[in-house]
Amino acid sequence: MAEEGKFKVTIDGISIDVAPGTTILNAARQIGGDIVPPAMCYYSKLEGSGGKCRTCLVKVSKGSEKDPRPMPKLVASCRTTVMDGMEVQNITSPDVIEARKGVVEMLLINHPLDCPICDQAGECKLQDLGYEHGAEQTRYEFERRTFERIDIGDKIQLHMNRCILCYRCVYVANQLTGRREHGVIYRGDHAEISTFIERALDNEFIGNVIDVCPVGALTDKTFRFKNRVWFTKPVDAHRDCPTCSGKVTLWYKGEEVLRVTGRKDEYNEVEDFICNTCRFEKKHTADWTLEQPTDVDKDSVITANHYTVFNPPPVIKKNPALQAANEEQLSRTERLK
Amino acid sequence: MARKLLLNHVDVPGINGFDVYRQYGGYRAVEKALRTMSPDDVVEEVKKSGLRGRGGAGFPTGMKWGFLAKPEGVPRYLVCNGDESEPGTFKDRYLMTKIPHALVEGMIVSSYALGANTSYIYIRGEMMPQIRIVERAIAEAKAAGFLGKNILGTGYDLEIYVQPGGGAYICGEETALLESLEGKRGNPRIKPPFPAVAGLYGCPTVVNNVESIAATVPIINEGGEEYAKIGIERSTGTKLISASGNIVRPGVYEIELGLPVEEFIYSDEYCGGIANGKRLKAVVAGGSSVPILPANLALKTAKGDARLMTYESLADGGFVTGTAMGSGGFIAFDEDQCIVRNTLNFTRFYHHESCGQCSPCREGTGWMEKVLHKIEYGHGDLSDIDLLWDIQRKIDGNTICPLGDASAWPVASAIRHFRDEFEWHIFHPEEAQTRNYGLAHYADPLIMAE
Amino acid sequence: MLKVQENMIVEFSAPLLERFAEVVARYPEGRHKSALLPILHLVQAEYGWLSVDAMDKVAAYLGIQPIEVYEVATFYTMFFLQPKGKYVLEVCRTGPCCLVGAERIMKHIETRLGVKEGEVTADGMFSWRGVECIAACGFGPVLQIGPEYTFYENLTENSVDKLIEELRHKAETN
Repeated sequence: MAEEGKFKVTIDGISIDVAPGTTILNAARQIGGDIVPPAMCYYSKLEGSGGKCRTCLVKVSKGSEKDPRPMPKLVASCRTTVMDGMEVQNITSPDVIEARKGVVEMLLINHPLDCPICDQAGECKLQDLGYEHGAEQTRYEFERRTFERIDIGDKIQLHMNRCILCYRCVYVANQLTGRREHGVIYRGDHAEISTFIERALDNEFIGNVIDVCPVGALTDKTFRFKNRVWFTKPVDAHRDCPTCSGKVTLWYKGEEVLRVTGRKDEYNEVEDFICNTCRFEKKHTADWTLEQPTDVDKDSVITANHYTVFNPPPVIKKNPALQAANEEQLSRTERLK
Repeated sequence: MARKLLLNHVDVPGINGFDVYRQYGGYRAVEKALRTMSPDDVVEEVKKSGLRGRGGAGFPTGMKWGFLAKPEGVPRYLVCNGDESEPGTFKDRYLMTKIPHALVEGMIVSSYALGANTSYIYIRGEMMPQIRIVERAIAEAKAAGFLGKNILGTGYDLEIYVQPGGGAYICGEETALLESLEGKRGNPRIKPPFPAVAGLYGCPTVVNNVESIAATVPIINEGGEEYAKIGIERSTGTKLISASGNIVRPGVYEIELGLPVEEFIYSDEYCGGIANGKRLKAVVAGGSSVPILPANLALKTAKGDARLMTYESLADGGFVTGTAMGSGGFIAFDEDQCIVRNTLNFTRFYHHESCGQCSPCREGTGWMEKVLHKIEYGHGDLSDIDLLWDIQRKIDGNTICPLGDASAWPVASAIRHFRDEFEWHIFHPEEAQTRNYGLAHYADPLIMAE
Repeated sequence: MLKVQENMIVEFSAPLLERFAEVVARYPEGRHKSALLPILHLVQAEYGWLSVDAMDKVAAYLGIQPIEVYEVATFYTMFFLQPKGKYVLEVCRTGPCCLVGAERIMKHIETRLGVKEGEVTADGMFSWRGVECIAACGFGPVLQIGPEYTFYENLTENSVDKLIEELRHKAETN
């Protein structure tokens, strides 16, 4: 039985009690680890987002304690709320893995796969997803859909070829800025994010479309082609900003601040939306109070050659002698850098 | 002669006007419902009738009405789905053109049952003539005191408005229709919440097909039990079937559910057989999204029983050897038709009509069209058939709305039943440009397992 | 993004604005955005197509943002975002109509008018295009002509020729 006023949900055999109204995805995030379904379009801070990309599909093998019937189709975990006694399969269901592989393939058939020249590479969710679930080769043998690159405003570039139509940037404009200048026009696989006629996005918070974009469709022009993200070092910093919280991540190359973004959590969601002044104008260390190196997921390419948090592999953990030797080895390597 | 409940007076001159319609017993159902029945009585009567949604899904109408949330102080809406766009279906256009008052009368009865004081009839924009006809019928009904404030002195108020669509098949999906009615892009909503809880303007809403709403009129007039006597099992009453393709007499027919498919195709009362003395090759029984069946499986189930025009019999054998009733769009293919070309055509349709919101449908429909195009125009490889099968499997069931499934089923069924024809296209690309594969064994008697 | 080749500046007439108001009155307080599709139909019937200026003015009339109008106008197939011929022949090109010869009819119209799908004849009189199922499968091949979407059923090459002649005649006498 679940705690008073809570629902018990079991995901891939791991149970947790959550508040009623919690979605399966958020319940999984409370558990954490491998059983968290990937999400390309859902963004917890944007109301109404989710349900579109279908990467977070899961199988509900038991509806609830009251009505144990399984759900007939796979459901989008980001938009399906839990019921008491619900049992969900994510990575333990071959159907889910198969469907997700299909979704990744669909997302990639018209994607240009131009990662070598894409600023998002290294922190791109589609790259991660392709790496984890995609096939090595495409079965798509037709010409890919292409659009022209356009500048929407002097600081943001829209590269529609890479877009997966998650609608997040539309929600940002709707919910953060008073006025929306861009949207989704046309339909089907011709649908595109656009201003329709030439118009510059001009709003103090519009820069956040860059942070919420899961792929390289909306990129920061002030950072364009400056560097690969894994050569830059993220540092948390803040400033006293009259418009936003002023809590950001600075991306350093040597002494130079190459770009400023919101602070992102492990699901790539920002803690606070930041204003354009913080993002585009404040590119000197003197503008900021530095806090600490940003905590980056150890599997991320961004940690390569950076602040090493020593995580001894489990086999060594059991053997103190080996562990000591390993630490010795590590400190020597660090000294040599 | 089969009984007709909707089209019984269709040939009477002037039946599209209020006076003649009234003369032939029109608006009796409104009088009966508003004067002698409570809204719940009307819902009960519809439940008893066993009426199932005529738009395609076949969900029991009375049950749908029963789900409607009724919070205090929140308006409820009835929205009529007249966005008829499923290839092969044209019954609603026919009904609205010929007897618009049947729809208006049904709207009044249904709105009363649901407690709606404003109702909308969403008609696809291309049906501008029908929009004009229905608008005139509404004005006539209003002038006669069947609409407006305090209808028939019962204290019930109702206004009905017609809303034109803008040209999008997807708006036939009920939540896309509601979005469109709110002046937005026709992107289907992610469910739950269902319209019965949060529909139009976030209020509880019921969306019903034109024919379902019109069918409430005879149900109220004759009683739900009487209506349920027509038909077989859970397929009660009469159904409008739109017959098209290579038949002698295409058109809209009202049938009693339970009519054998064979009789429907070959009897002179209905389609009158295959045109130009040709033979039947295949049938799409319920609009382009339901699985296509070869002639032998269309006429008889895999068990060898006669296939009947009922929800159950058409679905007999599941999607392996059966199909679905759908919206009643009955398309007959003669021996000269090419299944690959037709599948390409249908897939192009779904590609064109995909709203683009979710990835499997947005990308998958276009991909299937390209692969089918390649096969049809003589560049196919044998592996393309398996690829097609795999793409449709990845779409089916994984999308926000049923359009994904609807695009997958015609492809799946065409490959399932007509794989030899696909292979022939691949092995004989040049010949396939000049002639059709023909009838093959599709019309031969089924081989029965001992 | 749209390459605007032509923008038509419009000024909605008083009778047209009156019809807008009639439409808006159909919806509950604060739900006037619902009037968008009917109003776009009215504007297109008046001017033949929807220019950016016309859409901006509709947005201003309804108190919504222009992008909301662009999003809707580009989603639905009935709205023309470029000028078209006076008569747009829209032939159904979906399955059931193709079973009875719609492809042949489209080819015939193409040769007869001498323009490709979507183009306008030199005299500005005709455009044609294939459209998806228009729910008249039993009477195919069919075509429709806006803005009233008059219907022509059971087409043959001869009946198409006759129709084109009639329309030409009608336009000349007007």
